[in-house]
Amino acid sequence: MKDGESALWIIAINFALLSLIAVGGINPILPELHRQAVDAHGWMSSARFTDLFAIAQGAPGPNILVVTLIGWDVAGVPGALVATAAICGPSCVLAYFVSRIWDRFRLARWRNAIQAGLVPVTVGLVAAGAYILARTADTSFLAFAITVITAAALFFTRIHPLLFLAAGAAFGLAGML
Amino acid sequence: MTSFPAEIPPLEPRPSLATLFLAFSGVAIVGFGGVLPFARRMLVEQRKWMTAEEFNEAFSLAQFLPGGNILNLAVLVGRQFRGALGALTAVAGLLAAPVMIMILLGIAYARYGQIGAVHDALVGVAAGAAGLIVAMAAKMAEPLIRKRAVIPAVMAVLAFTSVAVAELPLIIVIAVLAPISIALAWREVP
Repeated sequence: MKDGESALWIIAINFALLSLIAVGGINPILPELHRQAVDAHGWMSSARFTDLFAIAQGAPGPNILVVTLIGWDVAGVPGALVATAAICGPSCVLAYFVSRIWDRFRLARWRNAIQAGLVPVTVGLVAAGAYILARTADTSFLAFAITVITAAALFFTRIHPLLFLAAGAAFGLAGML
Repeated sequence: MTSFPAEIPPLEPRPSLATLFLAFSGVAIVGFGGVLPFARRMLVEQRKWMTAEEFNEAFSLAQFLPGGNILNLAVLVGRQFRGALGALTAVAGLLAAPVMIMILLGIAYARYGQIGAVHDALVGVAAGAAGLIVAMAAKMAEPLIRKRAVIPAVMAVLAFTSVAVAELPLIIVIAVLAPISIALAWREVP
């Protein structure tokens, strides 16, 4: 059990550090996750890492939970729980305290300038993320059509978006994409 | 940018801890390919806990802080309604079911060791999920467009172009554009 325990410590400390540098979510820290899991600690092969990432992407929930699966693969259920707590804990605590400060200074000019300045950049970044996701996903005309129809449905109607994701999955399973 | 305080007063009635947990569980469990579009739909359109503008402001903060942006958003929303316990509850709601699902998937993968069908289905889910983000981006842009403010529109287009077209690293784009945008906003806010 000594090995299992030391793996838990490594996960706890390294993922907690990653939590605080993951500006923009999981994508910026993926290379470092890969380096740690595959090269530095030899927990898994590169192919297995890619598989785990694909599984996590296919599962519902925050994208950052790919680390839960890595933790599980390395050290079972304790590994999954430690990895999840480590990747979520520090950034959530930081968000909590920043949000308190944000509220306390809600009438301060510097605070409102930051807020007003960040919103348009955020809108641009979300749009860029959407564009990049669509460009990556839409490798066929049908895939492009699914993207357009899903976008129009969420924008103009109140139909539950899950319906369109399920339809997309069905087309994918049928090998049509 | 309007000057009203974004975070207070909370829209009535203040949701209970149980409601917070269920609301975030509900979006986490359907959030294939990203929870965010589902979360915005829940917060702004269904439960009306925030306006479109308030969502943009809360999400901006969540996005520029490190960590999963949906987790940060849950912290902000949970704290706004129910303080520290609310933040903890919202995050727990977001994580409980997905963590269990992830462990079950890990067990299945260890047993069967292949993901062929998962990959095929994912291609389709990704196409749909991209559509959801496209629609969410459009909805987030609406308040900016309505205000007809030129500088924010230029900053949004610059951010989009730098990342999507010029393919510059996200961290550089943020480090350059955020200070400029904030400096330009300085004259507009009270």
